[in-house]
Amino acid sequence: MESFSLLMQGVSTALDPMIMLYALIGVTLGTAVGVLPGIGPALTVALLLPVTYGLDPAGSLIMFAGIYYGGMYGGSTTSILLNTPGESASIVTAIEGNQMARKGRGGPALATAAIGSFVAGLIATLLLAFLAPQVVKLALTLGPREYFALMVLAFVTVSATFGDSALRGLTSLFIGLALACVGIDGLTGAARLTYGVPQLMDGIETTTLAVALFAIGEALAVAALMDPPDGMHRVKGSVRMTREDWRRSWKAWLRGTFIGFPIGSMPAGGADVASFLSYAAERKLAKHPEEFGHGAIEGVAGPEAANNAAAAGTLVPLLTLGLPTTATAAIMLAGFQQFGLQPGPLLFVMNAELVWGLIASLLIANVMLVVLNLPLIGLWIRLLSIPRPWLYGGILLFATLGTIGVNPSPVELGMLILFGVMGYGMRLYGYPVAPVVVGLILGPMAEQQLRRALAIAQGDWWTLASTPVSAVLLGVSAVFLVVPMLMRLRGRGAVLSQVAGDAD
Amino acid sequence: MSEGFPPERRPRWAAFVIAAGLAGLAAMILVDAAGLKQDGGYAGVGPADVPRLIAYGLLLLAVMTVVAGLKGDLPRPPRQAPAPVLWIMGGLIGQLALLHVAGFVISGALLFGMTARGFGQRPLWKAVAVGFVLALVIYGVFDRLLRLNLPGGPLELLIFRG
Repeated sequence: MESFSLLMQGVSTALDPMIMLYALIGVTLGTAVGVLPGIGPALTVALLLPVTYGLDPAGSLIMFAGIYYGGMYGGSTTSILLNTPGESASIVTAIEGNQMARKGRGGPALATAAIGSFVAGLIATLLLAFLAPQVVKLALTLGPREYFALMVLAFVTVSATFGDSALRGLTSLFIGLALACVGIDGLTGAARLTYGVPQLMDGIETTTLAVALFAIGEALAVAALMDPPDGMHRVKGSVRMTREDWRRSWKAWLRGTFIGFPIGSMPAGGADVASFLSYAAERKLAKHPEEFGHGAIEGVAGPEAANNAAAAGTLVPLLTLGLPTTATAAIMLAGFQQFGLQPGPLLFVMNAELVWGLIASLLIANVMLVVLNLPLIGLWIRLLSIPRPWLYGGILLFATLGTIGVNPSPVELGMLILFGVMGYGMRLYGYPVAPVVVGLILGPMAEQQLRRALAIAQGDWWTLASTPVSAVLLGVSAVFLVVPMLMRLRGRGAVLSQVAGDAD
Repeated sequence: MSEGFPPERRPRWAAFVIAAGLAGLAAMILVDAAGLKQDGGYAGVGPADVPRLIAYGLLLLAVMTVVAGLKGDLPRPPRQAPAPVLWIMGGLIGQLALLHVAGFVISGALLFGMTARGFGQRPLWKAVAVGFVLALVIYGVFDRLLRLNLPGGPLELLIFRG
């Protein structure tokens, strides 16, 4: 019951009016970016990082988490009404949700998505609160070897397991790792790949890279395409769900939650994987499988619950181990570091108030979100009518604002443009973007753990696999690397490429 | 994003360009690593070793990319319209060049206007005017209220000095 009292203390922190205001700003922004196609939670957090430099750390981090949750809610709206997923974790929602909207059942589809997100967010945040202290206890027993193995596992699952090509995923990852080498080596102080440019001494800013890849790369790719977007389906009738809808939805919500949370909390992919698996499960278990593809409500309820639960799950490794498993989590980690905080077991000891305040705020944010997304849904739909020239003009202006705000040097802006062009090229040829960001931020951490482990063992490389935990983790990494490759060779890669996503 | 790529077989020179880029990146890392003082300590692994491993990884990936390119295994991008890309790039490079001369508001207005033009907004002057107002508001909020240090030019001095 230790967690319970800590959580109650957190609630008292979270009920502070200023903190509630941060949470409200976070969920509102999150919903907005979830609704707008082309910007996802990862980009929004990256854009806001420099802006929050002078603000309260606890409030800013709560705002970031609110954006992540809000993005998961808002994404469903665009999927259902436009058939264009607002962010990657809502891709499967579009399958059934848009069919429902075409039949004039857009209202109940939006409702089951929002209530499902609420149920899942609530349960998953409570699970996070009760699981986190246990993982912290476990984490304290892990040494550099185990951390290195965990990071290898995260590298593999982020880059090679899902998506349509392990080669392209790994290439993205290695580009990120190569960029991570730039700057001063943390252990010896040697300057690597800086070529005497002072701005490179600190390494490549995560925000610059993320903003360039997500905002500029995306804007270039969208501008160069000239397909007219799909028309919007008006919501006819009320958003009220019938008794039948409720009966069919609630089990899907719970199943989605319990599929999503473990997937999010293991270093095994993010919310997009969870939503896809939930869809597959609902389809298998449905009493009327023939309805799938023609607007089955379970196909909206399950995946939407799963992606919210996975977003909460992602916070488990992020907060307890300092291990980001999605691009958004990676940028949130950069946010912690910006305030001089290092997520990991020590965070729960040194900054207990902040961590529990953050977790409790998520419960409150969840309530705010269901209010924002059900009665106020009409407002969000109006966002979709912003003309694209204004939308992308604004995105680019904000993208450069962030970079200029941190470091108004031509070098930084030049890097922004360079990585933006790289992001455009990567989109053209089907290279995933998220592994670059994860590689950049996890690379130096993995290197430090590796060298620490080797220093302890006096240079013996076998030490890396010498404890049961690290050996198992490395073994699992190898399985996650090899099995999908074999599946693709046997022509069963379609399943994996469907699970692939980027923006979160 | 994979659904936009029709499976079409043509010479995949793009794969060779990508492979060359990866190999070039690896070469840069290896040259740099050779110039570092090797100071492995107890680990036997110094600051140059991990970059070297990454460079070898990149070289291996470059070889595999060439092989994939020979087999035609690279998504074929849909037809690209060059004009919007050039408009946006122009806006970004213009901002880079003008930022410290003209200040955030003017360079930002141009970036916004040229991006909007790239997305089909006409005429250009109207888009720039909208961008000007937006950039002015952003400068006011972020530089003055949130104390983010944005570079100012003559215009910012004129408007916000008082």
